Amino acid sequence: MSNRKVILEGKKINKIFGHGASSVHAVNDVDFKFHEGEIISIVGESGSGKTTLAKMILGLIPATSGDLYFNDEDRDISSFKKRKHYWENVQAVFQDPFSSFNEFYKVETLLTNCLDLRNEKITKKERVDKMREACFFVNLDFDEIRNKHPFELSGGQMQRVMIARIFLIHPKVLIADEPTSMIDACSRANILEMLMKLRDTNKMTIVFITHDLGLAYYVSDTVYIMERGEIVEKGDAETVIATPTHRYTKQLISDVPKLHEPWDLT
Amino acid sequence: MSDKLLTVEQLKTYYDTRFGEKIYAVDGVSFGLEEGKVLGIAGESGCGKSTLALSLIGLFAKPLCYDSGAIVINGRDVTQLDKETRRVEVLGKKVAYIPQAAMNALNPTLKIKNFIFDIMKEHFPEMTKDEVFKLAKERFEELNLDERVLHSYPNELSGGMKQRTVIAISTIMNPDILVADEPTSALDVSTQKVVMKMLMSLMEKKIVKSMIFITHELPLLFHIADHIMVMYAGECVEYGTSEEIVFKPLHPYAVELMTSIVVPEVGQKGHKLSSIPGAPPNLKYKMTGCRFAPRCSLATDECKAANVEETVVGQRRYRCVMDRKVKSDV
Repeated sequence: MSNRKVILEGKKINKIFGHGASSVHAVNDVDFKFHEGEIISIVGESGSGKTTLAKMILGLIPATSGDLYFNDEDRDISSFKKRKHYWENVQAVFQDPFSSFNEFYKVETLLTNCLDLRNEKITKKERVDKMREACFFVNLDFDEIRNKHPFELSGGQMQRVMIARIFLIHPKVLIADEPTSMIDACSRANILEMLMKLRDTNKMTIVFITHDLGLAYYVSDTVYIMERGEIVEKGDAETVIATPTHRYTKQLISDVPKLHEPWDLT
Repeated sequence: MSDKLLTVEQLKTYYDTRFGEKIYAVDGVSFGLEEGKVLGIAGESGCGKSTLALSLIGLFAKPLCYDSGAIVINGRDVTQLDKETRRVEVLGKKVAYIPQAAMNALNPTLKIKNFIFDIMKEHFPEMTKDEVFKLAKERFEELNLDERVLHSYPNELSGGMKQRTVIAISTIMNPDILVADEPTSALDVSTQKVVMKMLMSLMEKKIVKSMIFITHELPLLFHIADHIMVMYAGECVEYGTSEEIVFKPLHPYAVELMTSIVVPEVGQKGHKLSSIPGAPPNLKYKMTGCRFAPRCSLATDECKAANVEETVVGQRRYRCVMDRKVKSDV
């Protein structure tokens, strides 16, 4: 992995919410290096600061301190234009697909807006063709859903429209914040398969944020374990699962029900 | 069948939509539940798991309607009782229910203790407030829940705490059967374990006699359930012990479901995750033949032609024509 190019790098990132005695240190001195085409998982329990970290990477909230480098350059999102350029390259899929879209727009408009982000001069027909291709990629029928509003689709369908968005934008980095926690095991396999396919075609870096260690182990090359805002363990997925060193990692692994080992419930 | 605590026979319930359509979300489901056992119900979203749970507690409020079949609890068919009797005599005392969104099941304007009092007042009008509090306090202590919880409002509690509170409240009348509808799906793994420990302690302390546990998380189900029923499009497609279902599934849908499991175990990384093409059938339209046939890779014309009856091999049942030859292996 080390010979690959580093696409996103964070150094000593901190986030403190609030002031004085009531302040919460949500993310504490986090360092990371994401390489091109790598799949990374950030695993931790609720409230461990996973989503806060994701929001800082996306530039939705400012970090209290620390540096972020995108493509070896200081990340600059100080103006709207620069921010838009950054979001062409770094995109996200969120936990709740229902609250991720504007309810007043039809699916067609939502997807058109994504194409607009790329600033390409293309004809209307080309647009439709691109959208149809994207929907085909995620096993949806564009003509069936183009005139529907988000609330008319099921959770799984909505999540797939999210992925169609990513297909249209083809960013360099995708932050997937619990993309499968709202859907059942079977659709989960579908979504994962599509994300893997995207990675292979676009050489995209995917950052999975999840509390499901099984999923993290299955999909990722590198795992970061996070506890109370700190990265307590990181490394190759296989190594972390087979030989966890930190107490918290061991506890997380023992908390997950497994198939071939007993699950202690006493 | 008399030794069974609960027997469900050919239960059919439907949703009456405003367009006058009948959507049979539970279509001819039968199973039995013995004392001290846990039955797991698995299946994807929209297969009728939650509707089955609602039907079991007899909550037939429009649009959910009862069509036919029997739910026999302790030798008494509760579907034949009128609504009021069912509410007073069955709900909470015989069958208790943990809703899927237990997070939102508590009244935000009431302290937990007053919420409990409201419930008990309905069932035991003669109980005073002090008696109810004493009972609640004892029960909370028994389940290792902090007494402080009783004096708090729901918004002061964390997600896992709310879930455990809801479990404690719904079992306060020592019901025979507890129906838990995805009680852990919104929680992270560590909290999930705490909640599961509590549910299992309810069984150990004989507060509830049997449990029906609904989830789509199969590794979890494997550890706690004695039997698993796999549902698809309103039907039970396979029923067997959890060992059999997880390691030797027979129905093609159950097979696909089991290969979608991901667990953090060494050596589990490479296996191909199955993803079933297509979507479940729209139950609005009547279907002939096997309901899984349009998505099944093994489907033949025989599957699509006629309705598939359940094949029963001892305790095990499945609904597929393909695996008749497997019969001898079981």
